[in-house]
Amino acid sequence: MDDALIPKGVKRCPLPEFLMKLGPVVVVLIWGIVAMFMCWFKGLNQTNMNDSYGFALWIWADLTVIALGGGAFFTGLLRYIIGKDKLKNIINFAVLVGFICYSSALLILAIDIGQPLRGWFIFWHANVHSMLTEVAFCLTCYFGVLTIEYLPLVLENRQVDQVSFFHHLSHNMHEVMPIFAATGAFLSFFHQGSLGGVAGVLFGRPFAFREGILIWPWTFFLFTWSAAAYGPCFTIMLAKITEKITKKKLIKDDVYALLAKISGWMMATYIMAKIIDTWYWAVVTAPSKGQGFMEFYSDNAFYGIWILILEIVVGGVIPAAILITRKGRSTPALLMIAVVLAVIGVSVNRWVMVLQVMAVPVLTFEGWPMYYPSWQEVATTLLPVAYGILLVAFSYRYLPVFPQEAELNPIDLESDETAESVTASETADAKLSPAKA
Amino acid sequence: MFPFNFEWIWDMSHMVFMGGLWFALTILGLGMTYCVIKAAIDAAKGKGGGHH
Amino acid sequence: MKNEQAKKYGMVIDLDKCTGCGACMVACMAENNVPFKKDETNKLDSITWMRVFQLTNGKSFPETDICYIPRPCMHCEGEHGHSPCVSVCPATATDYSQQTGIVSQIYTRCFGCRYCMAACPYHARYFNWWDPVWPNGMEKYLNPNVSPRMRGVVEKCSFCFHRYQRAMEKAFLEGRRELEEEEYQTACTQACPAGAIVFGDLNNEKHKIHQIVNPDPAHRGRPKNPKAFRLLERLGTNPKVYYLSSREWVRRAGDNYLPHEGSGKGH
Repeated sequence: MDDALIPKGVKRCPLPEFLMKLGPVVVVLIWGIVAMFMCWFKGLNQTNMNDSYGFALWIWADLTVIALGGGAFFTGLLRYIIGKDKLKNIINFAVLVGFICYSSALLILAIDIGQPLRGWFIFWHANVHSMLTEVAFCLTCYFGVLTIEYLPLVLENRQVDQVSFFHHLSHNMHEVMPIFAATGAFLSFFHQGSLGGVAGVLFGRPFAFREGILIWPWTFFLFTWSAAAYGPCFTIMLAKITEKITKKKLIKDDVYALLAKISGWMMATYIMAKIIDTWYWAVVTAPSKGQGFMEFYSDNAFYGIWILILEIVVGGVIPAAILITRKGRSTPALLMIAVVLAVIGVSVNRWVMVLQVMAVPVLTFEGWPMYYPSWQEVATTLLPVAYGILLVAFSYRYLPVFPQEAELNPIDLESDETAESVTASETADAKLSPAKA
Repeated sequence: MFPFNFEWIWDMSHMVFMGGLWFALTILGLGMTYCVIKAAIDAAKGKGGGHH
Repeated sequence: MKNEQAKKYGMVIDLDKCTGCGACMVACMAENNVPFKKDETNKLDSITWMRVFQLTNGKSFPETDICYIPRPCMHCEGEHGHSPCVSVCPATATDYSQQTGIVSQIYTRCFGCRYCMAACPYHARYFNWWDPVWPNGMEKYLNPNVSPRMRGVVEKCSFCFHRYQRAMEKAFLEGRRELEEEEYQTACTQACPAGAIVFGDLNNEKHKIHQIVNPDPAHRGRPKNPKAFRLLERLGTNPKVYYLSSREWVRRAGDNYLPHEGSGKGH
């Protein structure tokens, strides 16, 4: 039905099956859209946020998807600037994941602000001293970079590529890509860092506050570093999940191994820096404000010391230890465990730097307010997930996302042209799952 | 964002921050303009399209 | 305003006098058109520019003791006007005035990111989770000098800044450049039946607040009066609201101390 759109040399399931399998995802998407419009029309009273939790699930989701989407800028940096040519086999997917993460972050921000129609004030009336201003500018610009990076892939669709202008445009953009990638890395360095700075500059909140260099608190550098370290893990994790769902090998193991190795060493160095930062904060910074380390982890129903162990040991030291060893990263099960733990680790870090910052009482006569999200918040947070699945599914089906797919999955027929029209039931991979990830 | 915004001050903070921003935007804008114009010229010249 | 000494309006609240009656809260709400809900039981999403907290020394009878502590916006100066909230606002919707020392909030420019609320350790900033709804007829009692706020923006105590503007206009019309102390007073100050709140210019030696607090300019306005303290002094927020108490446990409750640290003011 849609054979003409499917890339040459690869096989996809029939369109009706593809669409049907995406049904549940569309249901979640619609649920999220309904909640989104409820928030826009009725206001943020639809959430469980309150004056103690001005930042909550959404801001955590924002920080987390941007950290996880860091795989795009770091892989791009390694591929185009450092010259790790092997990564060309995963860069498309990394860019796609990054594009989804950043568009999701912008969407969530548009729901999160109390007056969405005034969102442009952050640019127009910019306060250049605010970390959030830097986040907004760099995030929006970098989303532009990701669009520029994703566009050639769209232009490489078989039918679009037939148009001479688009063919040349795609070709030219590939040529200029190192410049775009360098600009993206520059912007990413600042907005990833500024997101860390958002919490680090809060000198009224000893739990978040950190010293630093000039205007940048240590969290600025830790966030950039962690995004570069953990982002590629998310890319690997999603690529592995895509392989599981499509029941195909899409990227060669040596590509995974290279990215995992770099990510592992980044993570190992990051986690050491994080431990030093935590130690200094615990024995110097926080006590200077009159608050002892354990005050931040006791006298409440949720935030115990377990959260620090989960973040640093389970989500940091262990995955780093696995990824820096050859055996660890080349054993599929261990690699998967490592990337999943890493994703949990960075997500917990962002949670702590948003939600726990809000929860820890500063005034001596206030207690720990607790928070759980409303269904509208959950639905709008799942909305980008559903949208992401759809975009990956459609991109995988119609665009040459994985350059090694055809080589790794040779079609058992002589002609590419006939291969596209062969139905799934006629081939060896009769039970091929739909192309969703 | 622009010097004509009334809160704009020609201080170091604005020059560094906005300088970086406009520098990045200029690179992206020029890069894309180059790609689009070159693609239009190549397409008009009829250089072999359709396949890499 | 040129050639005039910058003012630094501040407040001192005598906690030995405060009875916790809440008149300051009521006066503030009425004066500033603060919206309210039908059900105000959830204090986490209701707006109270001035909020009275109850403190206890945690001891059992007969040594038990309580204290009420009214908490407006502290109008922090931080370091050179670098107050926690002003520096973080991405849209320049809140500002520290070097002329008056008042931290303003521009409602029509705030787009509701709530970063300032995250930055404020005093929880003095409030978000409008709903559009204001006034009971039938009550809109006629609203203060015409204060604009009501719309849903989705942050608001907070302004030290009744509209009163300052009116007083200044009157003074200008009369050919004066300076205000008398009693010409600009906040609603809470005037409403307090115990006279616990004193408001004025901390820079003006003739003003009562200056005489009571005796701020030390060498230490960012820290009070020289041993009975006076500021909330969370150690954070460096440099607030302009001071408190007085003869009770040591009350002064100690104003800040965080490590178990081994002695009593009194942190440093």
